[in-house]
Amino acid sequence: MKIKSITGDFAEVESGRLIRKVNIKMLPKVKAGDYVIVHAGFAIEKIDPDKAKETLKLIDEIC
Amino acid sequence: MKYVDEFRKSGLIHKVAGAIRAINPQGEINIMEVCGTHTQNFFRFGLDKLLPRNLNFIAGPGCPVCVSSQEYIDQAIAYTQDKDIILVTFGDMLRVPGSRSSLEQARARRGNVFVAYSALDALSFARRYPQKKIVFLAVGFETTASTIALSILQAKKEKLRNIFFHSSLKTIPIAIQYLLRDKKLSLSGFLCPGHVSTIIGSRAYEFIPEKYGIGCCVAGFEPLDILEGVYLLLRQIVKKSPAVENQYKRAVTGSGNLRAQKIIAEVFRQCDASWRGLGRIPKSGLRLQDTFSCFDAQKMLPVKVKLPAPGPRAKKCRCAEVIKGLIKPDACPLFSKACSPENPYGPCMVSAEGTCNAYYKYKKDA
Repeated sequence: MKIKSITGDFAEVESGRLIRKVNIKMLPKVKAGDYVIVHAGFAIEKIDPDKAKETLKLIDEIC
Repeated sequence: MKYVDEFRKSGLIHKVAGAIRAINPQGEINIMEVCGTHTQNFFRFGLDKLLPRNLNFIAGPGCPVCVSSQEYIDQAIAYTQDKDIILVTFGDMLRVPGSRSSLEQARARRGNVFVAYSALDALSFARRYPQKKIVFLAVGFETTASTIALSILQAKKEKLRNIFFHSSLKTIPIAIQYLLRDKKLSLSGFLCPGHVSTIIGSRAYEFIPEKYGIGCCVAGFEPLDILEGVYLLLRQIVKKSPAVENQYKRAVTGSGNLRAQKIIAEVFRQCDASWRGLGRIPKSGLRLQDTFSCFDAQKMLPVKVKLPAPGPRAKKCRCAEVIKGLIKPDACPLFSKACSPENPYGPCMVSAEGTCNAYYKYKKDA
């Protein structure tokens, strides 16, 4: 889910038209615009865009 | 990039499936996935139909609801009999059958069972009803453990005195180790769970190739993630070079989320745990550290339950073998007859992550 805004320990995240408030205490360095994995009301990890591109490139090379 | 559509492109899916078929593995290959979401998505996206028939996918104990012991459910139901207690739980626990009834039935009788999306919701109940005792059912693996640990720290910070956590939290690597020691299972490799691995890191699985000579691959949940994971794992199996591979690099690092690990270690300690289907596994559970015992439901509000002797139908339920991957759900005499998602008998049929539930939804008429 994409972080829209951050207020203290909480961030507003969106996915499509769904907007949720999640706790970001486990990820102190995230900022608006980052994508995070959300589990049970908490952001548990930031998604690394470079690594995602690398994986897609590897998948493309398999074929 | 939104990290969803890019990993669902049908052209690429067919290409990777083709690459898997081109490896042309010989003999029966048993891959265990230890995550309920893998099981669900595997069927949901029809990936099973794209892969060679000798690749067997075995759903391991990766659904936290399915492995919650009957005794735990009975204890939760016992809490609801106290009118001063409000029981807060994740939604999929409601319908899990205990030995006599379920939390859903208890809720209908007493009305003091509430569903929460997050452990933080239980804190809201504690603030709103200071005269009540709030019991939260802490069920899940490492991923959920980190969120519950943070909620407990928050409860401590706010000096909440009316909230208690009943922990049935479990850890995945020790369950994998237990399965590897079972001679009845001839496993060729593991597809390791994505979200648990974001917390514990891919290095937590190094014992699998090192000690047991079996390969594994951490994989994400989108169809291309799962297929690439299977491809990488299959390559290991064919080359006989077991290792830990990480397909889900965009979210999982070698060492995991260290902050989350620290929080878990601060609040919880290892304990023995009962897994439905697997029995008691030493050091596979998490319970609250003594410094947090004022939030520990087992200490502050102990309940004793006595399990009745299993009835005729309980004897027929084969969830235990399904969880271990010894049989497929349709080998159970209750499957799709006495046991269905509308009227579940065994835990694997209850949760959307359960193997029997996935089979019922996607494979029953196949």
